[in-house]
Amino acid sequence: MNRQAQAAVLFLLGGALLHAGATDLALRYVKADLRPLLMASGAVLVAAAVATAWYERGRAGAGHAHPEPRISWLLVLPLLALILIAPPALGSYSALRSGTALQKPYALAPLPGGDPVPLSVVDYASRAAYDHGRSLHGRPVRVTGFLALDHAGRPYLVRMALNCCAADAQPVKIALTGELPPVLRPDAWLEVTGAYTPRLTRDPVNDGPIPYLRVTSARPVPVPPDPYDETWNN
Amino acid sequence: MAITEDAPPGTDARRPGPPPDAPGRRLSSPLVLVLTLLLAVLAQSPIRGALGTPAMQSWMTVFVAVTVQALPFLVLGVLLSAAIAVFVPASFFARALPSRPALAVPVAGIAGAVLPGCECASVPVAGALVRRGVTPAAALAFLLSAPAINPVVLTATAVAFPGHPEMVLGRFAASLLVACAMGWLWQRLGRTDWLRPPAHGAHEGATTGEAFWGAVRHDVMHAGGFLVLGAMAAATLKAAVPADWLGTAAGLPLVSVLALAVLAVLLSICSEADAFVAASLTQFSPTAKLVFLVVGPMIDLKLFAMQAGTFGRSFALRFAPATFALAIAGAVLTGAVLL
Repeated sequence: MNRQAQAAVLFLLGGALLHAGATDLALRYVKADLRPLLMASGAVLVAAAVATAWYERGRAGAGHAHPEPRISWLLVLPLLALILIAPPALGSYSALRSGTALQKPYALAPLPGGDPVPLSVVDYASRAAYDHGRSLHGRPVRVTGFLALDHAGRPYLVRMALNCCAADAQPVKIALTGELPPVLRPDAWLEVTGAYTPRLTRDPVNDGPIPYLRVTSARPVPVPPDPYDETWNN
Repeated sequence: MAITEDAPPGTDARRPGPPPDAPGRRLSSPLVLVLTLLLAVLAQSPIRGALGTPAMQSWMTVFVAVTVQALPFLVLGVLLSAAIAVFVPASFFARALPSRPALAVPVAGIAGAVLPGCECASVPVAGALVRRGVTPAAALAFLLSAPAINPVVLTATAVAFPGHPEMVLGRFAASLLVACAMGWLWQRLGRTDWLRPPAHGAHEGATTGEAFWGAVRHDVMHAGGFLVLGAMAAATLKAAVPADWLGTAAGLPLVSVLALAVLAVLLSICSEADAFVAASLTQFSPTAKLVFLVVGPMIDLKLFAMQAGTFGRSFALRFAPATFALAIAGAVLTGAVLL
């Protein structure tokens, strides 16, 4: 790859990072905290591209004594993936392949106000699995997540919890029972209202606890801007 | 993705190569780039269709995620390494580091604590140190210690293991120990001809600005390509290895240590995040988790590809297995004392 082509790749890669960092696109892959860094590094790459083109301008044709190795061409792949395909956030396929990452909480925060109580998937699951639902005081809850259906067709409401990037995302699952919509599509996002039920099952992958939620109503919602749960471990 | 077929063997080799300046005989790389991009845009709906299966989609997501997560840190490391290469005179390191390599190794290892970032940043910086005349043993100790013992990573470890400060201490001690041991081992057994000669020197660029941006461009293109290769490998393994194997491995002490060491290599997680993953492997013993935390920042698929790119393949093929073995030994030893 000669210098002009390198400048073009650097420019496009920098532009793709700036675009991903400035929009919600980056949230499909990394945590929100990384966005400023993404934009800064995108700006550096664009600057490097401009500098390369600037220094190249005077020496047309003479300056390709040191072509970069072929491996540099691989940089085109993430570029195309980000610009053309923009793969979606991890969904039910990944969620069913890994075991639930639910862990015993150190302390339970007081229940937020509202009726029904808005809770995250992780929050409901830890209150249900480790506190026997006592801290829920029998109040109805509202939880948002995406659907996953195991091979037997049992529905789970899932949210992937993120530590750093999607490569380490781990699912937290709630099993659903009660009144569900007649047609369940994997990966569809649902806002579920329901109540605690003492029933508990085990994840076949890692034997982790999956509490049940008795659903009273469910409605489809659009994919949230940040599809992952980032409160995890913070 | 567009697949380019290799030319039939033999046809190119016998023909005398075109003179370097002959226009039109050879595809120039800007032309190839434009053709690739154009082809990808034109064929985007069949490409999307082929990548539409859930397995392919999650592969793509993990691949893009690893690349996007690592690029800012790679850029940070590249900027630092270009600054070292252009603005810091070689005499500075001669004064800052003890002249005896045996002493320079631990000093460089502890100096790793000041590079806030993960392993993607430390590879180009260590490469710049070698080019700046730092003894390779010391630069390698820095390369291994920096991603594991800097404050950002240690804080993340403390957050991931609340109530277990011995995990943070163990990670710091074991990583520093292994980094120094590898430095001393290199000083005793290492041969300079295993290291690739400096890929680019001070000859590039008449002005400081040109040299600086030339170094940035070169390192991003070079290390970035290897980063992409590593990200592809990590995404493939993440998609191919079933998670329930781990549950079986956790029961046996020796197997669990080896399993987490291999997992650390295969997953290639950023060192700023690996503590949280280790904490989630609840079935495993603390020592096995410590092994995961010590091995991961020192050697993984992505790092191996980047080390091979920066220091040469014959170096990486010797350095990686030695690091792997020593990292396991160091972590188990530290675990036996501390945990």
